[in-house]
Amino acid sequence: MRPQATGHGPQDVVTIFEKSREGRRAFVCPELDVPETPVAELLPEGLLRESPAELPEISEPEIVRHYNVLSKKNFDLDTGFYPLGSCTMKHNPKLNERVAALPGFSRLHPLQEPRWAQGALELMWRLQQQLSEVAGLPHVSLQPSAGSHGELAGLLLTRAYHEDRGESRHKVLTPDTAHGTNPATVTMAGFEVVKVGTAPDGGVDLDDLREKADGDTACLMLTNPNTLGLFDRNIEEIAQIVHDAGATLYYDGANLNAVMGVSRPGDMGFDIVHFNLHKTFTQPHGGGGPGAGPIAVSERIEPFLPRPQVVRRDQGSNGHSEPFFDLDFERPKSIGRLRGYQGNFGVFVRSYAYICSVGGDGLKDVSETAVLNANYLRARLAEDGIAEYLPIAFDRLCMHEFVLSGRGARDQLGIKTLDIAKRLLDHKVHPPTVYFPLLVDEALMIEPTETETKERLDGFADAIREILEEAKEDPEIARNAPYTTPVRRLDEALAAKRPVVRQATGHRPQATDR
Amino acid sequence: MADESYPEGLLYHPEHDWAKVDGETATFGVTWYAQDQLGEVVFFDPPDVGSQVSAGAAYAEVESVKAVSDVFAPMSGEVTEVNEALKDTPEKINDDPYGEGWMVRVRLSDPSEADSLMDVNAYKESLGS
Amino acid sequence: MSRYTSATDADRREMLDAIGVGSVEELFRDIPEAVRQREPIALPDGMAEQDVYDHLRRLAARNRHADDEVTFAGGGMYDHYVPALIDSILQRSEFLTPYTPYQPEISQGGLQSMFEFQTAIAELTGLPVANASMYEGPSSVASAGYLAKLENGRHRVVVSRGVHPNSRETLSTYAVGWGTEVVEVPLDDRGATDLRALADAVDDDTSAVFLQQPNFLGTVEDLGPLAEAAKRTGALLVCSVDPLTLGILKPPGEFGVDVAVGEGQSLGNRLDFGGPSFGFFAAQERYIRRMPGRIAGETVDVDGKRGFVLTLQTREQHIRREKATSNICTAQALNALAGVIYLSWLGKRGIVELGELMLRRTAYAREALGAELVNPGPVVREFAIRLPDLDAVCERARAEGINPGHRLKYYYPEYADCLLVAITERRTRRDIDRLAAVVQSVREGVSV
Repeated sequence: MRPQATGHGPQDVVTIFEKSREGRRAFVCPELDVPETPVAELLPEGLLRESPAELPEISEPEIVRHYNVLSKKNFDLDTGFYPLGSCTMKHNPKLNERVAALPGFSRLHPLQEPRWAQGALELMWRLQQQLSEVAGLPHVSLQPSAGSHGELAGLLLTRAYHEDRGESRHKVLTPDTAHGTNPATVTMAGFEVVKVGTAPDGGVDLDDLREKADGDTACLMLTNPNTLGLFDRNIEEIAQIVHDAGATLYYDGANLNAVMGVSRPGDMGFDIVHFNLHKTFTQPHGGGGPGAGPIAVSERIEPFLPRPQVVRRDQGSNGHSEPFFDLDFERPKSIGRLRGYQGNFGVFVRSYAYICSVGGDGLKDVSETAVLNANYLRARLAEDGIAEYLPIAFDRLCMHEFVLSGRGARDQLGIKTLDIAKRLLDHKVHPPTVYFPLLVDEALMIEPTETETKERLDGFADAIREILEEAKEDPEIARNAPYTTPVRRLDEALAAKRPVVRQATGHRPQATDR
Repeated sequence: MADESYPEGLLYHPEHDWAKVDGETATFGVTWYAQDQLGEVVFFDPPDVGSQVSAGAAYAEVESVKAVSDVFAPMSGEVTEVNEALKDTPEKINDDPYGEGWMVRVRLSDPSEADSLMDVNAYKESLGS
Repeated sequence: MSRYTSATDADRREMLDAIGVGSVEELFRDIPEAVRQREPIALPDGMAEQDVYDHLRRLAARNRHADDEVTFAGGGMYDHYVPALIDSILQRSEFLTPYTPYQPEISQGGLQSMFEFQTAIAELTGLPVANASMYEGPSSVASAGYLAKLENGRHRVVVSRGVHPNSRETLSTYAVGWGTEVVEVPLDDRGATDLRALADAVDDDTSAVFLQQPNFLGTVEDLGPLAEAAKRTGALLVCSVDPLTLGILKPPGEFGVDVAVGEGQSLGNRLDFGGPSFGFFAAQERYIRRMPGRIAGETVDVDGKRGFVLTLQTREQHIRREKATSNICTAQALNALAGVIYLSWLGKRGIVELGELMLRRTAYAREALGAELVNPGPVVREFAIRLPDLDAVCERARAEGINPGHRLKYYYPEYADCLLVAITERRTRRDIDRLAAVVQSVREGVSV
């Protein structure tokens, strides 16, 4: 029996602009307590705005209703399972919101003098210590705003490092399984991308690496475990090859959740590591940010770190009677700034609270449980009735995530990975990452994380099995899924061909006929 | 979308582009296979009229929702005309890749380059592999 | 097992059986011994929630924040009033905890708010297209430089010293990667961009020209002539604008600005010691396919229902990889949501009223302080004054529980004895009079 679409009503989308009615307001202006000088006397005519911006005219109750109704159209992590590979969608502890809202943090001006921001600077310094411990590298900058911002920092640091040694190198190596941000960052940093192949076991192809790592190589960017969820057993040799060529070794920290307390990137041989605080360290994703991408570096890279650095000056220096936390701008070899002020401090508060909560022992437990959960789910999805349709891409122990190929389902059942993902929406779980990494045909990248119970994992495996069995009977069901979401499959081609990226003011746009 | 076809009388490049040679000029486009791989085309970014194209080099990009592909010139020359209609209806590349989906017209600099291209049978065979 | 994980011993046994290994340890057998951690992570053990809370509370108490003092600090981030409804909406799980909307069918709330945000930014800036957010102000400025480079391939950028020092420095840092030279243009003796110097600096190899409105000193720049000089050789004109002052200032789109960027903190976001906030990026239509960041677009679903998707994704890193228009992945969606809620709360009239209030209070403050003006021309919310006894003024102010503003000496050696004073809608006449009294008392050498 074909499911019926049950989408939420009311059926029509109404934007907040369309709810605007002249004269309504939510804001009441504070009273004017200074002379009411005419605006024309204070600003020259040519610089005065003539036609007002068409912002909504709407009351507070209607704003609240509008966004509450919108929120109910979102699936979210607090509601259900979110096994997005490479995203580490783990629970966001609620304590973190409480401490982030403390006025001592949330109401602190970024240019407040350090002597009156000691609590904030100490928190940053302590977070640096924590991240340094996890990475096994001595120096940390919290400045970058996201993982890819950290990647940019890493490559600019690499450039500065080589130039300081009198060398000019032009190439950066990335595996073909790399996340898209890696090659994009390479170009932004002014280098050329050179792709390194993947060996049959899923790790870096050492022969290819040896051939390509030469005197013009600035850096190799890697994540370990990689985007296939596999730990590269040859990591020591990879580090050797890269260092022998005089290049730096960069660690994309997206997959750090697999190895905390087990193996440190610094010990694996990495020179520069970035962390994703919005992945491993529980900053809520917010539907697309904010996050933070701090970096940890080895001694030889330290002089080039962004400015300012948060430092602790010991008691007695600068006339202080106790240790004094400060912003250090005196960094002659620094690459400079990557953004304003000190970084996403509110994110630091949450991650710091998380690491304090779980502790050093807890972080190891996090990684062990993440890897346990992933392997368990992998084993459940390797059962008959699933495995023949969704074979695993690389049949070995995985770390915190694993990749299946939907080619069996496509060839035998006539449904693609996309269809499986859309049908999962009707099962009230978020689909895994799809069609990445590019190396795997019809890829499904699954990362359960450590905060899921065994029952949740079983539930997911059951949902997959059900979808496949359903497709055996009638593949059209999955092909036309979802049925129970606020909207069904959307015409992305239309959105790309004729982009409508803002509300046209004054009238409601028409739904376009196909 | 069109049915799979590879017309006679066209010359084919391994990167799935075709050329229709007419003496000193030629028309280029992409084959049925190329548009099928790409999916529904949403954007075509043509080169400027008057610019040079080289055999085997990319001269434009074609985009679907989830992919970007280079378009390769089967032969060298100067662009004399681009298909302006593709700006508003890029899906012509899917619906009629050899007709209304044509991309550029070129004044050839070396018509003998045609000898290195494949005929329809050789191209169809290369797809089979 | 911690409070965030749930694997009991029984769970573990069952799972290990299903996997076919004897212990959790075995799951890590691919990791070579040589890189295994021999010692545990050298951090204290986990703490009870209440202990973590107390620890953080004590750290927070050691900061002097904007409710502890009357603050005139500005310099790019401001003590504006953030209405209560923002927190109540942002703290909803459905906005706080989802991922980037790659599955649009279950992300219509997030995607529609992005669309509304884009619309609001486009309206404010007078430019037709805007993206769904950048990290913050200074890196958006740098990103605009990257767009210009992709657009025209030239090797030089010209930037006014009126642009925020953090933005100038970030631009320089990024520009190292592009091989682009950064040339600064000074301010004139009225604290505005020197038009002649700008005109002289712009040449055929200039990729982009950067201005800020109002500039860092608070000066309302005369954008007409500056824009003309900037665009003479075909360079892109980038203007970093303050979104809140666009209620009363003529928007950049009307001056032929190509790209408008800026810091969004003043739109409903916390001070948070500098972040997270958001940046915005708006541009002329022709740049839409070169823009960085996420863009939400309108479309319909299979049933003809109106909906929203991430669109023009072929610009982005996950598709175009090394040829992407930027590397941005996670941005600042939640903070941008605060921004659009705030703009809706202020509304069409409110943003004008607020702007006029700040304008008038700022005029009052400039006069009340009676100091030498660094930028005597038009200002909206901020201005700079020269004080011969600046150290004494700052000390006296602090003792009175007042943060008098930001000292310019670090970033502007030419203004070493100057103070940048910001007047938001939260600074009342009484606050301003108190600051004026401090300045006066130091000037007269008496105690207040």
